[in-house]
Amino acid sequence: MKTALIAVIAIASALSSVPAHAGKTADAIRARGQLACGVSTGVAGFSAADSKGEWRGMDVDFCRALAAAVLKDPSKVRWSPLTSQQRFTALQSGEIDILSRNTTWTLGRDAGQGLVYAGYMFIDGQGFLVHKRSKVNEARQLNGAEICVQTGTTTEKNLAEFARANRIQFKTLMFENLRAVLKAFFSGRCQAFTADASALASIRANDSGKPEDYVVLPDRISKEPLGPVVRRGDEDWFALVRWAIFALLEAEERGITRANVDTVRQRSDDPAVQRLLGVSEDVGKPLGLDREWVYRMLKAVGNYGEIFERNVGPESLLQLPRGINALPRDGGVMYSPPLR
Amino acid sequence: MKVRAYALQAAIVAAVLLALYGLATLVAAKMRGLGVEPGFGFLWQRAGFDIGDTLIAFDAADTYGRAFLVGLLNTVSVAAVAIVASLGLGGALGLGQLARNRLLARLCEAYVELFRNVPLLLQVLIVYVLLIGRLPLPQEAWSLGPDVWLSKSGLALPWPTFTDVGLMLERPVLGRFTFSGGAMLTPEFLSVAAALTLFTAAYIAEVVRGSVQAVSRRQTEAAQALGLNDAQTLRFVVVPQALRSMIPPLANQLLNLIKNSSLAVAVGYPDLVAVADTTLNQSGHAVECIAIIMAVYLTLSLITAALMGGWHGRLLRQQGGYP
Repeated sequence: MKTALIAVIAIASALSSVPAHAGKTADAIRARGQLACGVSTGVAGFSAADSKGEWRGMDVDFCRALAAAVLKDPSKVRWSPLTSQQRFTALQSGEIDILSRNTTWTLGRDAGQGLVYAGYMFIDGQGFLVHKRSKVNEARQLNGAEICVQTGTTTEKNLAEFARANRIQFKTLMFENLRAVLKAFFSGRCQAFTADASALASIRANDSGKPEDYVVLPDRISKEPLGPVVRRGDEDWFALVRWAIFALLEAEERGITRANVDTVRQRSDDPAVQRLLGVSEDVGKPLGLDREWVYRMLKAVGNYGEIFERNVGPESLLQLPRGINALPRDGGVMYSPPLR
Repeated sequence: MKVRAYALQAAIVAAVLLALYGLATLVAAKMRGLGVEPGFGFLWQRAGFDIGDTLIAFDAADTYGRAFLVGLLNTVSVAAVAIVASLGLGGALGLGQLARNRLLARLCEAYVELFRNVPLLLQVLIVYVLLIGRLPLPQEAWSLGPDVWLSKSGLALPWPTFTDVGLMLERPVLGRFTFSGGAMLTPEFLSVAAALTLFTAAYIAEVVRGSVQAVSRRQTEAAQALGLNDAQTLRFVVVPQALRSMIPPLANQLLNLIKNSSLAVAVGYPDLVAVADTTLNQSGHAVECIAIIMAVYLTLSLITAALMGGWHGRLLRQQGGYP
């Protein structure tokens, strides 16, 4: 009996230690000829279909970059718009290969649900939108103000915690309906509106009528790191997605852009650049990719900084500052381990 | 025969109770599966959110139970104000419809038709949007008398408070953003109270008109023959008789008003339903929160019905029953 059990364990461990070269998810994507990418049903700057039905946004660009790396064609993506109720089930059931959809990274989601986060794409946080005439520059100056909130899951709690921690008082006005809360705020009923900063930026740009009259305060009173999620159980695919983010960051750090990538590949004698673009070493091999994968991602969507600027940066509709999402040399936390 | 009927009824009651028990067990099991312990114990947990408009002190460190109490007091206060105001307005409109002055009567009729045929939710929203849209910012508030200010933040009033030197009138003071001190009737409260009043008054007007018309014409003629003038006829002859048939339908209108106050949720007035919605979102105790809402409205309605019924009974006894 005991020997039989040992034999079973031995066979099982022998089978599981067979190297799955690029991972079963990547194999399935290649066989299908398409990356199945789960996005939102429409969040400007992150994933939203434009007037021509073309998907645009940071989360969308990341899926295009992955398709360029794995399938050598950034257009080979099948988009699945998902609500917040559907998103995890779609990934758990295998309907999508990756969930690239403004989803906050938390312990409970990362560990308890058969999912794993591959990293940060955008670090958000709850912020405040105020009228410029209020002359408020930071959230603590809002002591005594009336604050409009749309009741959700954590928004009103974060607000109460912030007030308590800073020993200030707010008069909280809670609304259930987004239209009602926007009406109240833009009528001047309350002096500030609190929600996730990226949502505030989108509201300021699209719903205020006069964006120049409003300002999103720099304070972030909660942590909302957003990033792509994959299924647990395929470490190779997880590693590929994670290092795709790092490669986009590394490219920005080394100054390689969509425009100059060809010239840089030919001329640069920086060893880190040569390695990244597959000129000297092959950094694709451990991931089950070829040596030009980073080059193709950059040709498709540009480096991380370019993705940020194009979709949510100061020149875009959302006009978000780079802030904490900058590289460490610019005061942010977007750090990439060495690609070697 | 009778035994069979009782047995059947007992069986139906037992089946209903069993079904309820089964449902409760199922819900409890499902909630445990989601990691939520069913029961009302959560009422003693820390709420963690603030409520803007409160009659009693409340902050995020207080319990869900106290949040419900805040919501209940808000529901009761907005309903009480609207009941008093709509009885006054509705009574006047009802009598106005019967006025000999044609213009006045038509105006009152027009009012009734307009306000009872527009959905209440729309009326609440219209009043709210008008208030927050048309009123000035707190910095440019309209002065309606000494220390009375009307602005987008609401109607700020002086309010008596206990201090070291005894009862003092606390004045509202404009801070950097809005008024503090004194009492503040917020636009949310005002719009719910006003819309409930305007809407219910139209129905009450119809009840009053119908009851007055139900009093025999001959009563009026007899009163006039005795030399009573119009006002005296109304006060001593018509209204006391009309009241008897008026009270039961009036009680219905008041019950509707109390339940309609839950539309406050549309404009962010923290009534019982709004607080319960936030609580169930935060705590996951949806079934318990809905049960509390049901129990509270049931209790408020039964109390109102009992008060009105008592008044009606007393009136009938005083007047010696129906003629």
